[in-house]
Amino acid sequence: MIHSLFLINSSGDIFLEKHWKSVVSRSVCDYFFEAQERATEAENVPPVIPTPHHYLLSVYRHKIFFVAVIQTEVPPLFVIEFLHRVVDTFQDYFGVCSEPVIKDNVVVVYEVLEEMLDNGFPLATESNILKELIKPPTILRTVVNTITGSTNVGDQLPTGQLSVVPWRRTGVKYTNNEAYFDVVEEIDAIIDKSGSTITAEIQGVIDACVKLTGMPDLTLSFMNPRLLDDVSFHPCVRFKRWESERILSFIPPDGNFRLLSYHVSAQNLVAIPVYVKHNISFRDSTSLGRFEITVGPKQTMGKTIEGVIVTSQMPKGVLNMSLSPSQGTHTFDPVTKMLSWDVGKINPQKLPSLKGTVSLQAGASRPDENPTINLQFKIQQLAISGLKVNRLDMYGEKYKPFKGIKYMTKAGKFQVRT
Amino acid sequence: MTDSKYFTTTKKGEIFELKAELNSDKKEKKKEAVKKVIASMTVGKDVSALFPDVVNCMQTDNLELKKLVYLYLMNYAKSQPDMAIMAVNTFVKDCEDPNPLIRALAVRTMGCIRVDKITEYLCEPLRKCLKDEDPYVRKTAAVCVAKLHDINAQLVEDQGFLDTLKDLISDSNPMVVANAVAALSEIAESHPSSNLLDLNPQSINKLLTALNECTEWGQIFILDCLANYTPKDDREAQSICERVTPRLSHANSAVVLSAVKVLMKFMEMLSKDLDYYGTLLKKLAPPLVTLLSAEPELQYVALRNINLIVQKRPEILKHEMKVFFVKYNDPIYVKLEKLDIMIRLASQANIAQVLAELKEYATEVDVDFVRKAVRAIGRCAIKVEQSAERCVSTLLDLIQTKVNYVVQEAIVVIKDIFRKYPNKYESVIATLCENLDSLDEPEARAAMIWIVGEYAERIDNADELLESFLEGFHDESTQVQLQLLTAIVKLFLKKPTETQELVQQVLSLATQDSDNPDLRDRGYIYWRLLSTDPVAAKEVVLAEKPLISEETDLIEPTLLDELICYIGTLASVYHKPPSAFVEGGRGVVHKSLPPRTASNESVESPETAPAGAPSNEQPDVIPTQGDLLGDLLNLDLGPPVSGPPLATSSVQMGAVDLLGGGLDSLIGGPNFVAPPAAAVPANLGAPMGSGLSDLFDLTSGVGTLSGSYVAPKAVWLPAMKAKGLEISGTFTRQVGSISMDLQLTNKALQVMTDFAIQFNRNSFGLAPAAPLQVHAPLSPNQSVEISLPLNTVGSVMKMEPLNNLQVAVKNNIDVFYFSTLYPLHILFVEDGKMDRQMFLATWKDIPNENEAQFQIRDCPLNAEAVSSRLQSSNIFTVAKRNVEGQDMLYQSLKLTNGIWVLAELRIQPGNPNFTLSLKCRAPEVSQHVYQAYETILKN
Repeated sequence: MIHSLFLINSSGDIFLEKHWKSVVSRSVCDYFFEAQERATEAENVPPVIPTPHHYLLSVYRHKIFFVAVIQTEVPPLFVIEFLHRVVDTFQDYFGVCSEPVIKDNVVVVYEVLEEMLDNGFPLATESNILKELIKPPTILRTVVNTITGSTNVGDQLPTGQLSVVPWRRTGVKYTNNEAYFDVVEEIDAIIDKSGSTITAEIQGVIDACVKLTGMPDLTLSFMNPRLLDDVSFHPCVRFKRWESERILSFIPPDGNFRLLSYHVSAQNLVAIPVYVKHNISFRDSTSLGRFEITVGPKQTMGKTIEGVIVTSQMPKGVLNMSLSPSQGTHTFDPVTKMLSWDVGKINPQKLPSLKGTVSLQAGASRPDENPTINLQFKIQQLAISGLKVNRLDMYGEKYKPFKGIKYMTKAGKFQVRT
Repeated sequence: MTDSKYFTTTKKGEIFELKAELNSDKKEKKKEAVKKVIASMTVGKDVSALFPDVVNCMQTDNLELKKLVYLYLMNYAKSQPDMAIMAVNTFVKDCEDPNPLIRALAVRTMGCIRVDKITEYLCEPLRKCLKDEDPYVRKTAAVCVAKLHDINAQLVEDQGFLDTLKDLISDSNPMVVANAVAALSEIAESHPSSNLLDLNPQSINKLLTALNECTEWGQIFILDCLANYTPKDDREAQSICERVTPRLSHANSAVVLSAVKVLMKFMEMLSKDLDYYGTLLKKLAPPLVTLLSAEPELQYVALRNINLIVQKRPEILKHEMKVFFVKYNDPIYVKLEKLDIMIRLASQANIAQVLAELKEYATEVDVDFVRKAVRAIGRCAIKVEQSAERCVSTLLDLIQTKVNYVVQEAIVVIKDIFRKYPNKYESVIATLCENLDSLDEPEARAAMIWIVGEYAERIDNADELLESFLEGFHDESTQVQLQLLTAIVKLFLKKPTETQELVQQVLSLATQDSDNPDLRDRGYIYWRLLSTDPVAAKEVVLAEKPLISEETDLIEPTLLDELICYIGTLASVYHKPPSAFVEGGRGVVHKSLPPRTASNESVESPETAPAGAPSNEQPDVIPTQGDLLGDLLNLDLGPPVSGPPLATSSVQMGAVDLLGGGLDSLIGGPNFVAPPAAAVPANLGAPMGSGLSDLFDLTSGVGTLSGSYVAPKAVWLPAMKAKGLEISGTFTRQVGSISMDLQLTNKALQVMTDFAIQFNRNSFGLAPAAPLQVHAPLSPNQSVEISLPLNTVGSVMKMEPLNNLQVAVKNNIDVFYFSTLYPLHILFVEDGKMDRQMFLATWKDIPNENEAQFQIRDCPLNAEAVSSRLQSSNIFTVAKRNVEGQDMLYQSLKLTNGIWVLAELRIQPGNPNFTLSLKCRAPEVSQHVYQAYETILKN
């Protein structure tokens, strides 16, 4: 199982280590540093690195490497999932997960890690259980603790830990009972030069924020559940009920959680809401090139596209770009060769465009590769797959909760080749 | 007010100051001090000097302080074992605390203190905690058993903790069950022989129930444990699969992959006709696709596993090609894996899309990725024949880009395409030649030279081209030098008139000016061939080359089957069985898929090998000659010989060199399997090692023959292939023992001694039971008969054909290799008679697609005679019926490895043609059983 954990920052310093079995010398990380050196960018460090006596499994998040050391055959996904869970927990506890924050809260971090694993076996990873065991730091609590001498370690066994609903603690009380659901869909797509879709898929999630008193039992039904044929559920969802009736029935965890994630891949179901017209050419004869892109709406179901940001990694041979946008602001970083254009809203009557010239390294040959254009955008009040919630009912409690459902579509990895 | 204050140091010396604070009377101050100590610990500072002071703080009702002290103890107890004893009392007391949280904490921490003296005190509290009324304590205690086992395995066994742990599998609380399973699995991993997790339908049922209720991590442990179980029949397999499938919708990808493992393994037992089989296949695709939208690290592991799944069952993801298309900002390790899977999924239906993508990738920035993309285009051409033309034109387009590394990579793959489709795309050679100057990598240069040499007759200025390479001959890498030598010899054989000078130049460069033995040897072979017999030279050098096939990059089927059992583990990431990399000492149990009930679908190769010799078209089953030689040579050849070891090794070197290095590349391609020793010029490799003394015991071998049918001896190794040693032989089986009867004849002019024999791994594990014993040195023209007893406990590797046996024989002159086919009936065991009821049940149980029908023609015997003759070869008649004038014989036989074969033989009186129906769970053997029937009945 998981032997040890090292946290390493991007400059290669180990700033935290935790061992759950015997102590593993930090020199084991040398193998990691070697791999880090070989990979040109931090993102490219391979997640599984063998060393003579151990295996190093790592994830890279928030500019920190979380490196787990294992000695025997352990499912690598198990370890990687766990590491991601550690990051999520830190984020949950401290708001952000960064080196200074972890250093500032090192004792809490250490206590939390100790609760999460025992001898390498996961012990408590549900955030509501953890928070009962180790209270997250707040300014108020710190002040109170210093005055009264009380601690931020709970001395009672968390109630949820062994119940059939480990994700929910008992005795929850709210004055305002509310349940909000966000249906968020991200479109991953690759569009080729001519504008036709090579692949497109939707990654959807339903995130919930449920603040309800007692032990409510919720059911959520959809207008078109047939869309959801590839789903992953939070453990609270009763799978049998979904299988037979296509209804989500569950006792929700308290607070924020991801109820379900789904995947829609059938091409005909994926509408592409924007198009990009581009004309980029690097000429051989002169050291100038032409650059022109226009963004416009395609299938938006009548909604406005906002928060549009266009980025593109220019080839190495590009020295500078002199461009003028019809709206928004743009930047070009001559060091990283990254072009970024913050477009804002798309007005269908007056399509935003960015035009200008590219200055190339004199004498060098034409760049070989074509830049790929990366697109970000948001559409409010629309789930692009057409998914719609039919109704939300609550059983088991008598009060009437506030209910709300919000839809949103975003670009995921949305790429246009040129 | 943050913890960073704990890191600040003062000038006085940190340790000194902390010591004072730890001994302070104020509770608050103490706690702050311990926090400082912990903070130093997290960054790897040594604070062990404070041990007694920290331990003194342990006696407290403040839970946070207690926890902090415990954290410290776990880290440093080992360095201060005597001091650690001081803590024992508190632990024991805490184990009795009314608060379950404290009881659990105490037992948990105690287990983490890896000090022998403490473990003795741990036993009693642990025993109590394992039976604690609170499940939280029990589940903590379960893990503690694993910890203790790691420190002192004997103690755990003596105290009977393992049995208590096994009882916890039946606990009422699913969390406790999950932890018990996890602990047992971890213990079992270090003791593979102990039968700790003894799985039976009852315990499986309990696990499946717990599976629904426990945490995600517990589910992983349970699923991994389930995967080790072998259901008794397909019905049980199906019912387990049904209960596992809901896990495919879990949000935790590790749960999903473990579930996939269970399903992939048990699916093996399901019949393909079953509706459920199809449903299951459909259910597997979406979760695998979903894994690809997770974080890149998860994607990587998932992709490595999908690579295995796609090779085992391509049908699952055949429609999902697009999800493997590469995004330009994927990390490189994800890109490379996706590319690999794209090629595996490429088929005629989707090849256009794949090629368009690959072409796109070839213009990306990352050099490694671009190279692999270009290589992938070549692999597509070899895999999907219909696309070859399109692939070639895509490659030509890429060559036009003139990007250096793209051009070089393209030339390397075009060479492979020529090897697969000879005389089809030679029109592109002109384009290739234009880029000759830009090639600076050895592999690309070698490829280009090979192309020029191979098609010398079509390239007008081939001699000029090759000559231009020759100028810097000594600066080239070995690969290029060897290729250049061969190419010029080919050129000479094709156009002898103009190129005599060139060939002489290269031969002298290779033989006289080079100090590379490979190059020199090859130069000499050519020189001698050309000078003694140009016709023979032509036959050898311009021999027809075997075609290469796409299978070379597939994982070998037995390994693949083993890896399928390890889905989701490190083994699946490295594509190696755990035995290949798990730390030594701990034996690793080989896992295998449950026996198939489905029809024979593991088609290794389109062609079946001609009997007798290893065929060239089967790179995936028969190891390449080089490997085989290595394999055989690495085995111990009989008892140790006292002769000079140097001599032996040089003989081996010679053989490896000639076959592995020389001929292989001499005839060209990377995937070439050299024909058996035939091509080795007989006058090369001087006899060596004659000083070896004979240590073998001398006993007589040949006995009288009775029992099962024995074929007459056939020549297995002709004298001309083995420097005068002729071996003929046959196989016999008498009263339960198998032997190989050999006749060794010395047709050389010198005395032969020091015989030894060794088998390569084979399908049934045949191996010599005793060393080869030859009475005395074998004089010229003398022969000797020997019976070599065999057993079936050797190592097993599936061969093609199934009954192929590769043998190495050594004598004082050299080591020789041959392969032979053994008749399957020598493997029919004496207790192969099945009980009638059993026969009926088994016959029904084996699915119909496993049934094979054969005709035995022109057999003059009647039913009685047939039955008795077969009986003497251990094919037993279970029952006999007469239906509509036909005699139906129901027969059974069992192979040495426990495989049962059931037969129905239909005999019509007066008709010499019999119908034989065979049913077996391993349908591969049917064909060979039929052959055994034929031989027994007709001789």
